[in-house]
Amino acid sequence: MTVSDPRQVPLADPAAAAALERTWSDPPGLYGWFAAINHKTISKRFMVTTMIFFLLGGVLALLIRLQLAQPNAGIIGPKMYNQIFTMHGSTMMFLFAVPIMQAVATYLLPLMIGARSLAFPRLNAYAYWIFTMGGIMLYVAFFVGAGPDAGWFAYVPLSSLRYSPGKGVDFWAQMITYTELSGLMEAIVIIATILKLHAPGMSLNRMPLFVWAMLVTSFMVLFAMPAVMLASTALITDRLVDTQFYNPDKGGDALLWQHLFWFFGHPEVYLIFIPPLGFISSIVATFSRRPVVGYPAMILALVTTAFLAFGLWVHHMFATNLPELGKTFFTAASLVIAVPTAVQIFCWIATLGSGRINVKTPLLFVLAFFFILVMGGLTGLMLASVSLDTQLHDSFFVVAHLHYVLMGGAVFPLFGAFYYWFPKFTGRLLGERLGRWNFWLFFIGFNMTFFPLHLLGLWGMPRRVYTYPAEMGWGDMNLVSSVGAAIIGVSVLLFLVNVVRSLRTGALAGPDPWGAGTLEWSVPSPPPMGNFDVIPVVHGRYPMWQPQPEPTHVVGMSNDWREVLVTTVTDAEPDHRLWMPSSSIWPFLSAVATTILFIGSIFTPWAVVWAAAPVAIGATLWFWPKRSVVEQRVQSESKP
Amino acid sequence: MDFQRAAPAGGMQDALRAAGAQAAHIGDLWNGTVALCTFVFVAIVVATIIAVWCAPRADAATRPDTASLEGPERRIWHRIGWATGACIVGLFVLLAGDVFTSRALARLPLQDAVDIELVGHMWWWEARYRDADANREFTTANELTIPVGRPVIVTLRADDVIHSLWVPNLAGKKDLIPGRTATLRLRADRAGTYRGQCAEFCGLEHALMALLVHAVPPADYDAWAANQRKPAQDPLDAPAIRGRDVFLAGSCARCHAIAGTPAQGSIGPDLTHLASRQTIAAGMFPNNRGHLAGWIGDPQALKPGVAMPANPLPPDDLQALLAYLETLR
Repeated sequence: MTVSDPRQVPLADPAAAAALERTWSDPPGLYGWFAAINHKTISKRFMVTTMIFFLLGGVLALLIRLQLAQPNAGIIGPKMYNQIFTMHGSTMMFLFAVPIMQAVATYLLPLMIGARSLAFPRLNAYAYWIFTMGGIMLYVAFFVGAGPDAGWFAYVPLSSLRYSPGKGVDFWAQMITYTELSGLMEAIVIIATILKLHAPGMSLNRMPLFVWAMLVTSFMVLFAMPAVMLASTALITDRLVDTQFYNPDKGGDALLWQHLFWFFGHPEVYLIFIPPLGFISSIVATFSRRPVVGYPAMILALVTTAFLAFGLWVHHMFATNLPELGKTFFTAASLVIAVPTAVQIFCWIATLGSGRINVKTPLLFVLAFFFILVMGGLTGLMLASVSLDTQLHDSFFVVAHLHYVLMGGAVFPLFGAFYYWFPKFTGRLLGERLGRWNFWLFFIGFNMTFFPLHLLGLWGMPRRVYTYPAEMGWGDMNLVSSVGAAIIGVSVLLFLVNVVRSLRTGALAGPDPWGAGTLEWSVPSPPPMGNFDVIPVVHGRYPMWQPQPEPTHVVGMSNDWREVLVTTVTDAEPDHRLWMPSSSIWPFLSAVATTILFIGSIFTPWAVVWAAAPVAIGATLWFWPKRSVVEQRVQSESKP
Repeated sequence: MDFQRAAPAGGMQDALRAAGAQAAHIGDLWNGTVALCTFVFVAIVVATIIAVWCAPRADAATRPDTASLEGPERRIWHRIGWATGACIVGLFVLLAGDVFTSRALARLPLQDAVDIELVGHMWWWEARYRDADANREFTTANELTIPVGRPVIVTLRADDVIHSLWVPNLAGKKDLIPGRTATLRLRADRAGTYRGQCAEFCGLEHALMALLVHAVPPADYDAWAANQRKPAQDPLDAPAIRGRDVFLAGSCARCHAIAGTPAQGSIGPDLTHLASRQTIAAGMFPNNRGHLAGWIGDPQALKPGVAMPANPLPPDDLQALLAYLETLR
């Protein structure tokens, strides 16, 4: 058995590479743009779309801070303010934080596990279109004055037809349906990809930690999202056809909504938080020049977090009249979930301490995590206590806490991930100087914006107030917070400048600018359409760092058809070959048909009946076999 | 960490300035929790800084150290094990603190409690002081008066949407949920006026749904309650008599009640002793003639969305009405 240099990428001959490129490319032109299904194409659109929603949500946040900067301010009236904070929360949670993790993952996963495609690429394209159309629908409604105004968790009875007349809440609830549908389909795509398309040798105990994080997240999606789909569907039918799920006067229950929503809503925090744990593991390993300490412990921590995340939802409801003794169970569960996170943090600190450190912008964003997320986690322990929570719940303290957790736990690592993988996506590095400005302004602005909110909460300021009297003495801290928000705004603007500049004039990255250990860095930047000219055979957790014995790659895969190698779930042994579908316009057209159904049903329940026809037609034509493909398949069969 | 010193001057709506038994228990738990959490926070941040500071520098070309893939790193594992163990101990301390605090909260002595039913409306509070003797019951709005040192049982209801009662100086919050009845038990230990505010988003004017709680010595409370039990006195002077006629003849009486008169509306706040209250419109304005006149004339301009319509009264009628309302002590 010979040992080859791990850095040397085995090259297919140029003709084969060109054939592969042709085979995996989407058709050209406008038609091709809508028919694209290559995972990298869809993922880039997905990332850009979610980032646009992030910017929109950010602008709304600045408006909120503008109104709250002074007591008794009259810049934004209550009607608009309530819409703005509802849109801000809904955008950040449903249109940014959860989907962007899936968007990044659908780019990176095949590259990390040595696959040429995602599983179900058409479903992936459909999920993207569905998500985009749902988001556009919500914003169109908002801009024409029919924005939702019941808060991002839309508690009944406030969100019922009686107290929220008009269509705002219907658009909101339907947006939930869209994003949940998209999220569930992405979860299926990701699970199937990870478990069946990993390259030979990429067994479960060798998969990069980010891949594990996405696997865990996607299973959580499968269990969490049906709860909110049930909740939002019941809300829609309450509003549309007068079912009485949530009406206490007719035997319904207002708390039912809260249970269903938070049974999804708390795991959702972890849907947002677990993928970044994967980013951090990737970045920490690369920039401390060693594998992450405690691979099995990290994975067990992720899985434990995922299980515990489903047992905490009642801590959002400690101020209700649920039985006190029962609440203590949820206190205990909410405290216990700190343990797996602590273990991961300790492993990363140990990795950094025992490594040799290359301080670059991606690492800075990860180091901020240790400050911000830890503080957010500790305030989370305070909220876990029933009696403390009765003082802190629904105050600005909670606003501070959730931003520390979600910004520190997800957005900072996400920006680190952008700096880290941008060269892979585009072939060029992001500017390091602007990157540092971006980081420091973000870090300072963030703490200025959100630390004072802890104090405001303790001083009695409830959340979701559009104004407050000057006598309350909340003005100074609110002003500090608003200035901090402006600094974050500048920082994000610098990031955009950095992206635009680097796209044109950034330093060329080459395949592996960071000296990283995982497979995505073995291919050119940006990767060819088929990802790998030859499918690698994996012999360790860090294939780029470890000696790779023979065989180094798979031979015999077709360059002329979209053929992938399906492997066994745990040991990644080659199992069979599979032809992936060709590019198709039908995912897009089916998404249009689904949109007609969803939006139509806001206005009349009959839309569910008549608009089902185009959805059925789209879904049928989607699977209609192409004669040419069938003939190719017959030809490719080798007869005994 | 003591945030109290930095707190705003008023402090009448402040979880860190406990003026009641329940808030004091929670305040104790808060102090302990903040101390423990601050210690952990500092420890982790310092550990991170030391780790990054002391580790040698490298660049992308530095050969990665893959020795850990060959065998376990026992020394590192011991440290992680100890740190995790310490975390678990800390979490048990927090859990114990929570359980003991909950127990202390549940054990508030309830002998001789004042019994108040508080109903949340969009966007004001209706308070009914209940009594075994139905004749001693009375209703007021947006301001509670309670005796210092005596427990108060607040029964919480809502008829429209969910609200939440939060008077941070006295106790933690409790939601008012349609179709459910909750109770909040508290006791003020220091005389003073404490402000509370609806803490669960309840629609358009959620921000302007405040509540004042006056904690007064028991004797003062008894005098206040005795006065509240009386029906409104008949006005004596001419403008006030005319004002009562305006009230009863116009649209006011359809929504508001004044005990001792035919006005028995139940949509808006009970006005029997309006003049004894410090604020109007759920804590929004001080209760004086000017604000009252502005409010009656056009509430929609001051607090858009409230149930009360504009009342464009002729100036004479308005002045008479105000004169009458001022007699409702």
